Amino acid sequence: MGLKIVVLAKQVPDTRNVGPDAMTAEGTINRAALPAIYNPEDLNALEQALRLKDKFPGTTVTIVTMGPPRAAEVIRESMYRGADGGFLLTDRAFAGADTLATSYALSTAIRHIGDVDLVIGGRQAIDGDTAQVGPQVAEKLGLNQITYVEEILALEDGLLTAKRHIDGGVETVQAPLPLVLTVNSSAAPCRPRNAKLVMKYKRCLAPLEKPAEGLAYAEEYDKKPWLTLGQISCADVNADLAQCGLSGSPTKVKSIENIVFKAKESKVLTGSDEDIKGLMAELLANHTIG
Amino acid sequence: MNSVYVYCELEGTQVAEVSQELLSKGRKLADTLGVKLEAVAAGSGITGKVEAQILPYGVDKLHIFDAPGLFPYTSLPHSSILINLFKQEQPQICLMGATVIGRDLGPRVSSALHSGLTADCTALEIGSHEDKRAGKVYDQLLYQIRPAFGGNIVATIINPENRPQMATVRSGVMKAEVLDANYPGEVIVEDVAKFVPETDYVVKVIDRQVEKASSNLKGAPIVIAGGYGVGSKENFELLYALAKEIHAEVGASRAAIDAGFCEHNMQIGQTGVTVRPKVYIACGISGAIQHVAGMKESGIIISINTDPNAPINQIADYVINGSVEEVLPKMIKYYKG
Repeated sequence: MGLKIVVLAKQVPDTRNVGPDAMTAEGTINRAALPAIYNPEDLNALEQALRLKDKFPGTTVTIVTMGPPRAAEVIRESMYRGADGGFLLTDRAFAGADTLATSYALSTAIRHIGDVDLVIGGRQAIDGDTAQVGPQVAEKLGLNQITYVEEILALEDGLLTAKRHIDGGVETVQAPLPLVLTVNSSAAPCRPRNAKLVMKYKRCLAPLEKPAEGLAYAEEYDKKPWLTLGQISCADVNADLAQCGLSGSPTKVKSIENIVFKAKESKVLTGSDEDIKGLMAELLANHTIG
Repeated sequence: MNSVYVYCELEGTQVAEVSQELLSKGRKLADTLGVKLEAVAAGSGITGKVEAQILPYGVDKLHIFDAPGLFPYTSLPHSSILINLFKQEQPQICLMGATVIGRDLGPRVSSALHSGLTADCTALEIGSHEDKRAGKVYDQLLYQIRPAFGGNIVATIINPENRPQMATVRSGVMKAEVLDANYPGEVIVEDVAKFVPETDYVVKVIDRQVEKASSNLKGAPIVIAGGYGVGSKENFELLYALAKEIHAEVGASRAAIDAGFCEHNMQIGQTGVTVRPKVYIACGISGAIQHVAGMKESGIIISINTDPNAPINQIADYVINGSVEEVLPKMIKYYKG
């Protein structure tokens, strides 16, 4: 029997490769200088989902991502690797969301898809590193959760066995479906794109990505419904506006500072015998060492 | 007045160091606010064994939840404990470790209570906030200060309206200090069944392997850390040689680990261990923000670098312009006298 799996994926700025031009002179983030990428741990999550799909025929893997229209790129990237389709959750009302409001929005989309056996996401996104969205989505859906998963070891009779990381060790746990899982970067890397799937899905677009003046291949989109990706707005899922975006976020950013080291008065020495001898004598004399 | 709460993490009957660090921080916050500090400990067979590890940090009230299914930790029972206890007690602040457990539990509890949670805070302060647009002033909020965006900015987060104000903090960021070995805190052994429905015990832990941390970096009074500038795995031996003489522990920056000079568990920085030794000797470390986040609280910082403009020099007390190969043997020589 096939499973119904939702993979939560996020498009993130690549904070791992921050160059000197990443911050503007005003101290804001220069998004243009940072490429948008598929959040790395979400790719690990996708791989776990695709492995279940390989094992259990009839399984569907649906991507849910929240963001501006261009975030639909992560849905296409997922489809190139074997996902069946996805939904772009996009609405101005979702903007400015903290993790809780994000989780609420994602949970409404998952409910909209309905009867999901497994929700799998990366442990955390590299632009926030909070690891909060997975457990919060689980709570909003009233589902159990297994976080920090490294590998799904087995799935039999509705019981999932997974190996997970814990502080200073590993743990093997077993829990009944439905479940929310979050996957670590130590899990298996995602399979590469499949050339045939790239050919098939490269023209996939979310409705909002289609240019207003119309597409050159408009009739192709009528003939091939899979080329139009799912798109969900607040109204589509009857989301409670009070729980969305900025107004649904209990946490507020009071202030943001660029990290600037405070220069200390430092003693500058050379590597000469004299200087090092003096330093060690000083450190010993004031009981800093020894 | 609404208390400050700390969730105490347990390994068997051992209270995690990070929880004791948070108890000390919680005590200070509670003093500033003029309220009580309360702690929660949930596990199996812990009554009579954890009190002495918790109360001396200045805990006014300890809530013990002792039942067979509460260890090893699983998400649902521990979440139910905090959710139901907090609905009853209405704390204003809740702190927990930014550990695997804290990061599994915190978000779930915050979602259920619709309260804000800030992960991986590096500082916590009490302060006011003026919301000019709404024309409101909030007194005595918890400032939750954390690096964001890959460590390139520091954000101060507040939760003006929702309670509890929740924050997680990594191990080693705060400092554990026993306030009074005989601190007269009250102990309440709670009736677990009133907080946790039977249906919560649904996850089975079928195997569990925990190793004692192999590195003593965190508690070391002197840390010698090497970066990419050390140059090779062989040159790291110089760090070990000095460490042996002055009784220090050796750590590394991420660049040194990525270059294969040493093991992963030696990493100091935002994504590794946070240290606050008396003396920190940085060898060939340029001082990326992520690294500095894990050592900037050190007492005395000595930077040995061939680059006089290495960013770490700006926070160093002593800057030695020289190579690791040249300077370390001399330090050993003159230490021995």
